[in-house]
Amino acid sequence: MTDSTTLPEIFQGRIDSEEKIEPRDWMPDAYRKTLIRQISQHAHSEIVGQLPEGNWITRAPSLRRKAILLAKVQDEAGHGLYLYSAAETLGISREQMLEQLHSGKAKYSSIFNYPTLTWADIGAIGWLVDSAAIINQIPLCRCSYGPYARAMVRICKEESFHQRQGYELLMTLCQGSEEQKAMAQDAINRWWWPSVMMFGPGDANSTHSAQSMQWKIKRNSNDELRQKFVDQAVPQAEYLGLTLPDPDLKWNEARGHYDFGEIDWDEFYQVVGGNGPCNHERISARIKAHEDGAWVREAALAYADKQRQRARKAAA
Amino acid sequence: MPDKIGRLPLWEVFIRGKRGLDHKHAGSIHAADGEQALQYARDPYPRRNEGCSIWVVKSADIIASQFEDNDSLFDPAIDKMIYRHPTFYDVPEDLKL
Repeated sequence: MTDSTTLPEIFQGRIDSEEKIEPRDWMPDAYRKTLIRQISQHAHSEIVGQLPEGNWITRAPSLRRKAILLAKVQDEAGHGLYLYSAAETLGISREQMLEQLHSGKAKYSSIFNYPTLTWADIGAIGWLVDSAAIINQIPLCRCSYGPYARAMVRICKEESFHQRQGYELLMTLCQGSEEQKAMAQDAINRWWWPSVMMFGPGDANSTHSAQSMQWKIKRNSNDELRQKFVDQAVPQAEYLGLTLPDPDLKWNEARGHYDFGEIDWDEFYQVVGGNGPCNHERISARIKAHEDGAWVREAALAYADKQRQRARKAAA
Repeated sequence: MPDKIGRLPLWEVFIRGKRGLDHKHAGSIHAADGEQALQYARDPYPRRNEGCSIWVVKSADIIASQFEDNDSLFDPAIDKMIYRHPTFYDVPEDLKL
C-alpha cells in the first residue's frame, strides 16, 4: 500500500480481491447507507414474518405440527436478532430501526402482507416463501460486509428445515382427502405469484442493483434468482400433483429454463406501497407487541440497577 | 427513557461448541445485565446443540485495535515473519525434521 492510495481505493481494492469489509474499516457513506437499509429491511422481514405463521400455532392439527411451527417461528425471531445486530455494527441503533419499522419508513418483504387463510398456507409459506428466501440468501453468505455475511451463514443453516417442513406438510395434505388436496391447491394458487415477486423488480427496473453488484453486496440479478426459483419449483409441484397458477409456464428447450408469464407489477407496488391485504394489521401487531413489552424492559433495567447498587453497598 | 431498547446495553456472546474447543464469538445481544444476557443468548445461539458453555461480555468493555494503528501493530510481524516459519530453514528432506 503506497501513501498515494486513497481510502476509497483501499476499500474497493479489498472488495475486488474478495476481502471482507469489517465494521471499523473506512467505507463510503453510500455503502453504509445501502447496507443499513438492506440489512434492517431483512431483519424487519424476519420479525414481521413471524406474524402470518404465528396465526396458526394454536390451531396446528397435531402436537408434532405445533412443535415444528413453534420452532420455526422461534427461528425467525432469532434471525431477526442476528440481522439487527449486524445492522447495529454500522452505527444505527436497535431503537432507531424499530422506530423506522413502526412509522412505516422502513419496508419489509411484501410477502408478509398476505393473509394465512388455511392450514395449507403454512405449507405453502414453508415451501414457496422459504425456498425463495433461501435462493435470495445463499449469495448473501458471500456478501462483502463481514457481519452481514456471517449472519447469513448462520441463517441459511437454519432455514433449510423451514423449507422441508413446508413441503412435507403439503405432501401430507396431497396424499389426504380430496378436500385436503383442494386446500393445498388453493394455498398454492394464492402464494405462487407473491413468491415469484419476492425477488423484486425485473433487472431493467431494479434501482439499487448495479452499485450493489460493484460492492459485492449483491452477486446475482433479481431475474437470475427468480428463474432459479421457478426452475426448481416446477418439478416439486409436479411431484405434489399440484398446478402452479400460470398458463404460460412451460419448458423452453433452447434456454434450458422454464418460461413463465408476465408478473403483475401493479399488485407488487400496491403492496409495497402499503395497500396490501394485511399491511396495517402487521404493523399494528408489531407496535402493540413492542408497547406491551415496555414494562418488561423497564423492570429488567430497574432490577439490574438495584443489583448493582446492592453489590456496591456490600463492597463498601 | 426506560421503554427504549437502546438503554439495554449490548453484550457479545461467545459459545464453546464442545468440550476441548475454544469459545468462539457467536453474535451479540441486548440485555439489562449479565444474567439476562446469558438467558437471552441461550435462546437463539445454542438451539441446535451448538454449545456446552456460554460467555457474555459487555461490548463496551472490549478494547479493540484501530485500523490507523495497523502499521505499528502488524507491519513488524510481516517483516520478520520469514524466520518464524519452518519453511525458512533448509534441512535434509529425508530426516523427517
